[in-house]
Amino acid sequence: MQFSSYQTEDFYDEMFEDDGRCRPHVQLVMEVIQSLSDGQLLRYKHSAERLLLQLGITFNVYGDTAGTERIFPFDLIPRVIPAGEWDRIERGLKQRVHALNAFIDDIYHDQKILKDGAIPADVVTSAVSYRKQCHGLNPPWRVWCHITGTDLVRDRDGCYYVLEDNLRVPSGVSYVLENREVLKRIFPRVFEGLPVRPVNDYTSRLLEMLESIAPHPTGSPRVVVLTPGIYNSAYFEHSFLAQQMGVQLVEGRDLVVQSGDVFMRTTKGLERVDVIYRRVDDDFLDPEAFRPDSLLGVPGLMEVYRAGRVALANAPGNGVADDKVIYAYVPEMIRYYEGADAILPNVPTYLCWRDADRKYVLEHLNGLVVKSANESGGYGMLVGPHSTREQQEEFAVKIRDNPRNFIAQPTLALSRVPTIVEDHFEGRHVDLRPYVLCGKEIFVLPGGLTRVAMRKGSLVVNSSQGGGSKDTWVLAESANVPMGGQQQQS
Amino acid sequence: MMQAKPLLSRVADSVYWMARYIERAENVARFIDVNHNLTLDLPQGYLDQWQPIVDTTGDRAIFLERYGHATQDSVMRFLAFDPENPNSIYSCVLAARENARSVRETISSEMWQQINTLYLLITSESRKSVPSSLPDFCQSVRMACHLFQGITDVTMSHNEAWHFIRLGRKLERADKTTRMLDVKYFILLPTVADVGTPYDDIQWTAVLKSVSGFEMYRKRYGRISPDRIVEFLLLDGEFPRALRYCIGLADQSLHAITGTPPGAFSCATEQRMGLLRSELDFTHVESILAHGLHEFFDALQLKMNTIDEYVRSDFFGQKALAAGAA
Repeated sequence: MQFSSYQTEDFYDEMFEDDGRCRPHVQLVMEVIQSLSDGQLLRYKHSAERLLLQLGITFNVYGDTAGTERIFPFDLIPRVIPAGEWDRIERGLKQRVHALNAFIDDIYHDQKILKDGAIPADVVTSAVSYRKQCHGLNPPWRVWCHITGTDLVRDRDGCYYVLEDNLRVPSGVSYVLENREVLKRIFPRVFEGLPVRPVNDYTSRLLEMLESIAPHPTGSPRVVVLTPGIYNSAYFEHSFLAQQMGVQLVEGRDLVVQSGDVFMRTTKGLERVDVIYRRVDDDFLDPEAFRPDSLLGVPGLMEVYRAGRVALANAPGNGVADDKVIYAYVPEMIRYYEGADAILPNVPTYLCWRDADRKYVLEHLNGLVVKSANESGGYGMLVGPHSTREQQEEFAVKIRDNPRNFIAQPTLALSRVPTIVEDHFEGRHVDLRPYVLCGKEIFVLPGGLTRVAMRKGSLVVNSSQGGGSKDTWVLAESANVPMGGQQQQS
Repeated sequence: MMQAKPLLSRVADSVYWMARYIERAENVARFIDVNHNLTLDLPQGYLDQWQPIVDTTGDRAIFLERYGHATQDSVMRFLAFDPENPNSIYSCVLAARENARSVRETISSEMWQQINTLYLLITSESRKSVPSSLPDFCQSVRMACHLFQGITDVTMSHNEAWHFIRLGRKLERADKTTRMLDVKYFILLPTVADVGTPYDDIQWTAVLKSVSGFEMYRKRYGRISPDRIVEFLLLDGEFPRALRYCIGLADQSLHAITGTPPGAFSCATEQRMGLLRSELDFTHVESILAHGLHEFFDALQLKMNTIDEYVRSDFFGQKALAAGAA
């Protein structure tokens, strides 16, 4: 397959310059792809899809009764990020996660930032995800966001913006690791010639971080992954991470609180648990502390956590900073706690509870993306330019009824990457979700999930809305050295 | 040295049933295959061969309700693809996969991949309006199950979870071998008309073939004789599908799980398993036949059900139903 007829149109393309020349750091990738014989790429694509199906790397779609498991569509053409660009992303993410941890810790203690007026207090106290139950808690190193999956997007100008922080239970990292395995098998030649930074130490880093927050520092702490169960859309990932870390995957019913500790039920009786990497929302952690109607959850878990006898990652209550209205204030947080400007800017955001912003939003619904403050996964949003009049009317009513719950952002022209469509390449819009681990230190995985809106022209990349993924290659510094390897001197 | 990671009760339950369902799927495929083969050798209308295999799987009532008369087509549909039949190959493979899915972090990736491959085979076959060749289908199910078993044994540490897998597999296999013998023995006892006809031999050969035991039986006993076949399938200590062999290994796995030395017991499961094992170790086929084979099978069924119930209460944290446990 050739790129000769490929059009970048009016978008920032990750592979080609506006004038159609290949970006230098992607040159080798393009050459290898073009050198494949006719049909070879499609055969690779089919074999990759068959492999994913056989491996059962699938996700569940809520509300879909026929065939609830699907493979997450995977496109073979990688997205490549040069070293300099990545360096800035990495510094920006570390700065942001550091500030967010400081903010959450502050909010659940003295609330200095509110007292100093850097952020309006009612923004925080009105957030649905603000948990009074978490006041005064002191997680190790005051870290509340152990695993973060920040969503970045690139606009037409090529600049990266933070779209969402995803502090609660970010998913997708298993696809990053599996996608890389598939591409290494298909393009070994490219990996030999390009210094692509590896991602497969993620699970070791994750385990290390989880063990480091154990409340009983002696001996080897017992870490478990807590999943809502096999019907959860991210179940594959939960079991994958538990498997790769060699720890137990537990459900709420496997855990029990007794005499001040958390235990799991084993064939030989109860065994104490020290660290829980929980992949369930706050609401379903402990019916005694949060939702009494929840059948999931472990009664009494929060009491044990409060007493410092079990660690939870991520820390309950950290979702307060995921609220999309509070998100709008992250640049202020960074200025307040870090004394610096944000390295990675936010997407400009209109807050509908401000009268002027709401007026503007209601007048420009067809050009904006409207999101509800507390939803994720592409649910509860309106993409203005792609919406009908009725949908806009519906949102207008919702916004007037509950302005605190809505924000709006300009429709960004998300950058594109060439993607296999039938038998040729077309540009498809992408975003980027890097993963950040935070224990005593902050680690940014050099890579991430590049999500692709597979439908032509679509800007919605969520897997629940027909999105797919690509492997993301972060290049090491030596990327500028000419390829070809060393030669014998004659 | 680090202590072995404890095994969650839920996980033990799931791997045990995963193994049982795979073994069950394999056995159903064997029954269908051999029966189909047998009908090709017998004169038309010689004997109704299809009803007995429904009886073997123990689902006579559901079958009669759903299909009425047993023909090759109806039985084959019922046993292979019927999602309403909890013991069809289709249902077994689905159940095995659901169990495997809930313990993917415990089993090896290779095991999951193989169970998933089997699942894709079954779902694609079951969607076809006309099933492809019956023998081919049964053969591929059998081989896929064998492959799963082999992969299990060579890719998974022989730890506690593996012993629960083997326990489930052996108990299921013991159950299926005896059920099959139970049903066939009484149908095939020679009638005056059949003695000396080739059909007698052919049918007993089919019984052996359905447990892949024909060649091994020949090596051990030579001539086909119903009593020796009973002895071979119940009491042989070397044939892997024989009752005694299966119970022996199930007992070994049980002791590996609890850590109790052989010859002793620390829980009800071990006690019952030990009793059954010694009974099989120290009995003659003649005494079984003298007391009545049917009576033997009924008592055996009760013992195996009791063991299964004690496994649930001793290890899976489920309350014993107690009824059959007397």
